[in-house]
Amino acid sequence: MHDKSIAELSAGLKSGEFSSVELTRHFLDRIAAHDGRLNSFITVTEEGALAQAAAADARIQAGDAGPLTGIPLAHKDIFCTRGVRTSCASKMLDPFVAPYDATVVTNLAEAGVVMLGKTNMDEFAMGSSNETSWYGPVRNPWDTDRVPGGSSGGSASAVAARLCAAATGTDTGGSIRQPASFCGITGIKPTYGRVSRYGMIAFASSLDQAGPMTRSAEDAALLLTGMSGFDPKDSTSIDRPVEDYAAALGRDLKGLKVGVVKEFFGDGLDAGVGASVQAAIDELKKLGADVMEVSLPNSGLSVPAYYVVAPAECSSNLSRMDGVRFGHRCEDPRDLTDLYERSRSEGFGDEVKRRILIGTYALSAGYYDAYYLKAQKIRRLISDDFKQAFEQVDVLVGPSAPDTAFKLGAKSDDPVSMYLSDIYTIAVNLAGLPGMSIPAAPANGLPVGLQLIGNYFEEARLLNVAHQLQLATDWHRATPGGFE
Amino acid sequence: MQWETVIGLEIHTQLATKSKIFSGASTAFGAAPNTQACAVDLGLPGVLPVLNAEAVKMAVRFGKAIGAHVAERSVFARKNYFYPDLPKGYQISQMELPIVGRGAVEITLEDGSSKTVGVTRAHLEEDAGKSLHEDFHGQTGIDLNRAGTPLLEIVSEPDMRSAKEAVAYAKKIHQIVTFIGICDGNMQEGSFRVDANVSVRPKGQAEYGTRAELKNINSFKFIEKAINHEVERQIDVIESGGTVVQETRLYDANKDETRSMRSKEEANDYRYFPDPDLLPVVIEQAFIDAVVAEMPELPDAKRARFAADYGLSEYDADVLTSSRAMADYFEVAARTGGDAKLAANWVMGELSGALNKAGLEIDQSPVTAGQLGGLVARLADDTISGKIAKDVFAAMWDGEGDADAIIEAKGLKQITDSGALEAIVDEVIAANPEQVANYRAAEPDKQPKMIGFFVGQIMKQTQGKANPQQINKLLRAKLAD
Repeated sequence: MHDKSIAELSAGLKSGEFSSVELTRHFLDRIAAHDGRLNSFITVTEEGALAQAAAADARIQAGDAGPLTGIPLAHKDIFCTRGVRTSCASKMLDPFVAPYDATVVTNLAEAGVVMLGKTNMDEFAMGSSNETSWYGPVRNPWDTDRVPGGSSGGSASAVAARLCAAATGTDTGGSIRQPASFCGITGIKPTYGRVSRYGMIAFASSLDQAGPMTRSAEDAALLLTGMSGFDPKDSTSIDRPVEDYAAALGRDLKGLKVGVVKEFFGDGLDAGVGASVQAAIDELKKLGADVMEVSLPNSGLSVPAYYVVAPAECSSNLSRMDGVRFGHRCEDPRDLTDLYERSRSEGFGDEVKRRILIGTYALSAGYYDAYYLKAQKIRRLISDDFKQAFEQVDVLVGPSAPDTAFKLGAKSDDPVSMYLSDIYTIAVNLAGLPGMSIPAAPANGLPVGLQLIGNYFEEARLLNVAHQLQLATDWHRATPGGFE
Repeated sequence: MQWETVIGLEIHTQLATKSKIFSGASTAFGAAPNTQACAVDLGLPGVLPVLNAEAVKMAVRFGKAIGAHVAERSVFARKNYFYPDLPKGYQISQMELPIVGRGAVEITLEDGSSKTVGVTRAHLEEDAGKSLHEDFHGQTGIDLNRAGTPLLEIVSEPDMRSAKEAVAYAKKIHQIVTFIGICDGNMQEGSFRVDANVSVRPKGQAEYGTRAELKNINSFKFIEKAINHEVERQIDVIESGGTVVQETRLYDANKDETRSMRSKEEANDYRYFPDPDLLPVVIEQAFIDAVVAEMPELPDAKRARFAADYGLSEYDADVLTSSRAMADYFEVAARTGGDAKLAANWVMGELSGALNKAGLEIDQSPVTAGQLGGLVARLADDTISGKIAKDVFAAMWDGEGDADAIIEAKGLKQITDSGALEAIVDEVIAANPEQVANYRAAEPDKQPKMIGFFVGQIMKQTQGKANPQQINKLLRAKLAD
């Protein structure tokens, strides 16, 4: 059952081939059997999952089922889930049980999905390897000595290992696409504002966006349709009707103008990854796409701009973790300063502290103009680059990450090298565009991600391109050994 | 040396919206701690702010009331600092692009002259919660009911030159915000909070002196005291060879002194930046036009209208427009009573006296404006005399009902039937031949005084219900015979 697509699972549920309770039990058993090797879950919500599955079975019986009813999936532990620990993989929030559901969680619950549990991640979504989690690193099912990428590493690992039918993720600078690339799955970061951020614990508010992590573009289309929508509780969500993304997957690619981003193929790109991405582009050509080279001249500035904007916002967003109302509080504080200092020193990990310090510095009096304002200007330049590119082409393509999954610990002492892992994904967040990663041919025996970037609200086009490519290839069908 | 005082005020007005500025929780005052704080107000992980449109409307109303420019685009920014009653670790405020730009108000000085005070800006922000230090035995309690209450911070230019001018300006702003219905103006409950920036300089010097910011001033009386105290302190410092340091000072009303809270060096770096959770506030002309169309009458216009339409003296018009509640009360009483001058006298006289004595505000009056109007009407049509009216007022105050009902129940109606009055007058004249003889023998200029005796006798017989003018007329005629 665990190898079926969401559409196949939905058909099986509706035909009575299996029940949602059976399906849920099956995935729970797989988590119990295999997650010891991966550490992809922080919390498994067995009881709640079985109750949701029973309710879904009742809905299916009543003929009230949608395409996601009864499908077991996992939520990244960044989404608030009522009555369930919502930790953001931080010691700071280890004691935090959310009293409310994130809008994404509510939307999917209303669609009838079953939540198997909460997946591991980099602490507060800060990291590209899933090594910053307070609950320990997640491992890549393709090679458990390697990282799954981050920050949505638990979701990527769990989906790749078939421990859940799909998972939610969030992407601030590549946190869906880079782990999707490393684990050989499909992930899409929608246009900023497409999916509500309410109840999604903020890392960098102007960049954060939730999206689905799945084994195919078709699954992603189904899940994204269920997650999306205007939310009056999120002022940055956009009031625009949600498309039926799955219904828009049938168009061929003849005449599709595909721009290959020149700057994404320079120094720093692994040769094997480059060759795989090129092979995928050649497939697009075979499917009738017109491929041309385009330039995003300012994309080289995206990493430095991002590492001002994102830490600046996070330094403020994380201020509420002060040990006063919820989360970790130090033992026997002497006074208020001691309460703050020790609660936060003990509660946050090194990478989170590093970014809070960088962000606090960047916003300080006398430095604000030189860092924050300048970064905002670069952001506009980057957006303008994309605007010009989309005057020439329909979609942009390139690698999702410069390399395949690296070994645990390989970049732990070198934050800048770690940051460069997101060099091709960050610009998309700075511009607020939709971006996607789908498996290309493996390189170095490990998965490679092809990145597709679309214009604002062109998720349907991206998903269709990905789906057409997946109809013609079987890279996305590969299953890591030991998790068949 | 001659010193000149320079004062600018920052006034935080709590906007009278039903719900908070970024959440749906109630803003009502006085609820049990933390019962009016939702997930957003508590700053739980993952929550997001959504701007209350009513708060924007109120800010725009204020802007138009002081002739200020309303920004087509204003931006919320985060002011970052740690404090236990600040749940998110930042306050959402406006920094570079406030919603209300430069405007001005006219104040009237003691000598009757007027002066224009510039308003630099007014911006929207959220209030913090409260830290409670009593009752917790070495710990601090946090009440977040107030967290997220909308505030409009009104910043003046340093245009005031004395504590009295500062008070006049603060009162003017208080009058405007209460008249346009955006703030209840309650200073005890913290709905209207004044901080004063005070500095001194040698008279004639162009540059400003170093200023101190005075906080925690919660009445108009204390504004004057705190500023005067601070001015003396600064002059003392300078004249004894010291220099004034830029700092925040707390006013202690009990000791009538200010004391240093923090110096500029200790001040926070608030690391303002635009709040990425909120979009810029874009205000279209049509929105402004609608707000202007709904604008309640402003105090100055109302005062002028009262003087013109009701024929009131400038003083009376001034007193009756000192608050929106007073003005509204007067207008209802005047309309119901049909005699504006009489209504004005009763509002400013009997009613104000009774309210003062009972320590009540006019909107807490046990006698409603309609009831007072009913009383005025009976006075105006001579149903009762002024003396009886006071008794009727007292009965209304005690909750005995409307004037008509009280007059009826107690039989207080004036006797105006001239036949009946004539009979009583005849009776009194007949019963007091000695006084009649004295009266008739007296010099004409003594007679008016002597007539009082007969009036008193008649009033005694009628329990005060005889119409005094009629009796006077009748008595004069009869005694002259």
